[in-house]
Amino acid sequence: SCPKQKQHPEQKRKNAPGPAFLSHLPVTGHPDYIFPLVLTSATQELFCCRADVDVTGDEPHKLLRKEDILRDMKNRAAVSDFSPLKQAVLDYPEEELLLVFDQDFTYGQSFYLVLTAGAKEDILRPPPGMEEEEEEGDELLEVQKTPEPKPWLSLGSEREIQEESVTDTRPRVYKVSRVRRQFGAPVCFWDHSAGAMRGSYVECPSYQDKSFSLWRMEKENSVQAIPNTKSSSSQTLWKYPRNMCTQYEPRELEDEEKERLLQSADLKNFLNSVSARFELAIQQNEIMDVFLDDWRALGDEENVLGGKVDTHLKEYQSFTHTHYSTNKTISCLSWHPTVNGVIAVAVTENLSFEERINNSTRLLLNPSLILFWSFSDPINPQLLLECPDDIFCFEFCPSNPNIIAGGCMNGQVALWDISAHVDRLQGARGGGAARTSNADDTRDIAPPTVRYCAVSGVESGHRAPITDIQWLPETFEVSRTGTPLENKTLISVQIVTCAPDCCVMFWDLRAPRTVVNALTDTKPKPEEKTVENPYGVPSTFKHLDLTWKPLFRVHTHTHFSHSHSPSPTPPDKSVTVGDRPEPPDYGQLHLPSAKHQRQTDDISTKFYVGTEDGEVVYTDWKLEKDNDSGQLFSPKPTHCFRVHDCLVNTVSRSPFYLDIILTVGGWNFAIWKEGVMTGPLVLSACSQKRCSAGAWSLTRPGVMYIGKEDGNLEVWDLLEKTHEPSQIQSVTTFPITCIKPWTVSLKQQLLAVSDHQGTLHILQVPWMLRHPAANELSVSRYFEKEVEHLVYFEKRTEMREREKKQVEAEEQRRRMVRSSFSWWASLLDNICPKNICAGRN
Amino acid sequence: MAEVEETLKRIQAHKGVIGTIVVNAEGIPIRTTLDSSTTVQYAGLLHQLTMKARSTVRDIDPQNDLTFLRIRSKKHEIMVAPDKEYLLIVIQNPSE
Repeated sequence: SCPKQKQHPEQKRKNAPGPAFLSHLPVTGHPDYIFPLVLTSATQELFCCRADVDVTGDEPHKLLRKEDILRDMKNRAAVSDFSPLKQAVLDYPEEELLLVFDQDFTYGQSFYLVLTAGAKEDILRPPPGMEEEEEEGDELLEVQKTPEPKPWLSLGSEREIQEESVTDTRPRVYKVSRVRRQFGAPVCFWDHSAGAMRGSYVECPSYQDKSFSLWRMEKENSVQAIPNTKSSSSQTLWKYPRNMCTQYEPRELEDEEKERLLQSADLKNFLNSVSARFELAIQQNEIMDVFLDDWRALGDEENVLGGKVDTHLKEYQSFTHTHYSTNKTISCLSWHPTVNGVIAVAVTENLSFEERINNSTRLLLNPSLILFWSFSDPINPQLLLECPDDIFCFEFCPSNPNIIAGGCMNGQVALWDISAHVDRLQGARGGGAARTSNADDTRDIAPPTVRYCAVSGVESGHRAPITDIQWLPETFEVSRTGTPLENKTLISVQIVTCAPDCCVMFWDLRAPRTVVNALTDTKPKPEEKTVENPYGVPSTFKHLDLTWKPLFRVHTHTHFSHSHSPSPTPPDKSVTVGDRPEPPDYGQLHLPSAKHQRQTDDISTKFYVGTEDGEVVYTDWKLEKDNDSGQLFSPKPTHCFRVHDCLVNTVSRSPFYLDIILTVGGWNFAIWKEGVMTGPLVLSACSQKRCSAGAWSLTRPGVMYIGKEDGNLEVWDLLEKTHEPSQIQSVTTFPITCIKPWTVSLKQQLLAVSDHQGTLHILQVPWMLRHPAANELSVSRYFEKEVEHLVYFEKRTEMREREKKQVEAEEQRRRMVRSSFSWWASLLDNICPKNICAGRN
Repeated sequence: MAEVEETLKRIQAHKGVIGTIVVNAEGIPIRTTLDSSTTVQYAGLLHQLTMKARSTVRDIDPQNDLTFLRIRSKKHEIMVAPDKEYLLIVIQNPSE
């Protein structure tokens, strides 16, 4: 059994081995010096420690020789059961190892080896106390004893702790410490100059890194050449600003210098060389105007898009009143100068003289009226003016449209003041709203009647019906002798009237200035009783009422029917009429003394008058002084033309040309030019019906309207035809008594036509008749041509006369020559008939 | 002198010619048919304009030179002929 024993090295537990040894041992719940072991049957037989044969529960211990274990390990190498313990066995200090049979599998295996000598000793020869305790412990309960501290037995946990703890892997290099009391204390910073201590900071300046620099080898560039420029600057010495002014005049050469230059050959050559070019250019311009836009100048008709052009005068409105204007004639009409849409007509009885006398009582009860019509109300007139007698003509005052002057049939001049009713006129014109609220009122209440506020004295007025009345323009006035004077007040204050009693009278609206001293004027007159005012007439012209006398009168020997106002302002007198304050109170005006007024010489005092017999008279109104008797008398008319066959009913100046006058009368009409005294420029052919009224168009210089006895309205366009009217339109069936055009706005022009039966027609003028054509100014040229015509005619008559005389003289001479010749011929015949006959033939 | 007069009269006699002015190189009028203030104005202004026009023509082509200048306005036509030493200005109204 020795070799077997030797082959069974003792397996003993070892004492606390080093950590290297223990690292490969599994961690189990047994002390380190005990190593559980499994022995195969072969090993058990080799070492004589067969379970339950050699070693039993009672004798578990077996000592194994170290050499045997080693030999076994060498022989069997890895297969040996002791191979995991190779090192432990080698380190075992003693010869014998203890192997213990673990019957109860205390440590997990059937055998275990004790690895330390001390433990071996303890197990083999257990201390008596322990042994006894163990024996007693098996049978009795354990006696509790306070555990005594034992020395630490490392079982491998230190390794874990070491792994978890943080330790320095290398020695510390720097150690910075701070005093504890400075933790959290306020810190004080101060500046530190960077340059002072070079070494206290580290700088990283930029540097050129060669590896990153790129050179651009190719670049696109453009070059532009400019003129040489040079920059320079200068500084002026500026002391202080100073106002300075310079006056200069253009340079001029001395006269001698000019003469010398004009004589020089240089100038001559220059002019010679250059004048050809000039002539060419001038002639080009003379031939035609190359810059004229023919297309644009062709026509500027706005609305005409081809097709029929509308030249018909459309009926706009007509006014008639059953009560006031039936069976009556409208003798005169006038548009209100300021209020739009208001027109006034004078209504007169349509009776002959005898009938008037027969019906005089009836006539006295029904006063004659001037009706004011407004476009907003075609049924009722807005205002009625009561007249002393039938009015044949009336006019609004140009400077104050509230004053109306009218001439009556009995020769009186009447004045009305409608200032109180102007609002009614304007209101009626304007508002539809106001009207509808008072609709009942206006219809029920008759229109207000305004009585005339002044009328001239019956003895001092005309002795025949006043046929025309005109206001003098506000730029001048006339003195007692007819000399035109400067009108300082710039309002119209004077009226001219004419009547078939061969008189033209000038009236002044102002109170006559008494010649007596100023003292007497200011003396109070208490005995003057207050004049009643029964008719509610404004007292504007109280001073004139019934005492009005004309300023002076112009007597001629012809019976006047119509006159025309003298020429308006001469062109170099510029008078601004606008912005006038409210019209002055006529009652306060007084005739100024003639001494204080300046005479204006540039107003012509001549005027045209048409007569009852159809003559047109051109005369002067200025009274002349007869040197012999010292009396003032009116001069004889300068010219007298018998052109019309019946009474002249219209004498009217053209609104465009100041010296062109239209006269209508009888069966024709005539156009005159002031200054041309040989005859009318244009004399129309006699028409079939009498011309009863005429008027110029307000916008077209060559157009005029002629009203006929049969109610036709003829439109004459001088540029189109002069031998017949360009258009005839029937307006009414009764003779037309008056025509007045009126421009309402740029787009509307109205023509008021009144007829013999009391109806007032308002016609609208179509575009063609109111829009002037492009060459309207050639109307003036037409008139000039007519003037030349007349001149030529005159010359022709003279020439004809001369020619006639010449022809007669020639005839005489020839007769004489012939007679003498025949005598000689007969004489020669007697002598030698053949020769003479041949010679003669 | 007579020739100069005659030439100027001939130009002035054309239809529509309003006035003629002869101006020296500095813009001072020598001979005119208009009144003094108008003459001076025309002379000064047209002299400058002619100089400008001439320099324009010569800038474009230095071998070129201005021979005649015509200014057409709404109302008149002004014709200017420059020379080394003189300037002749004629004003005409072409639309008569």
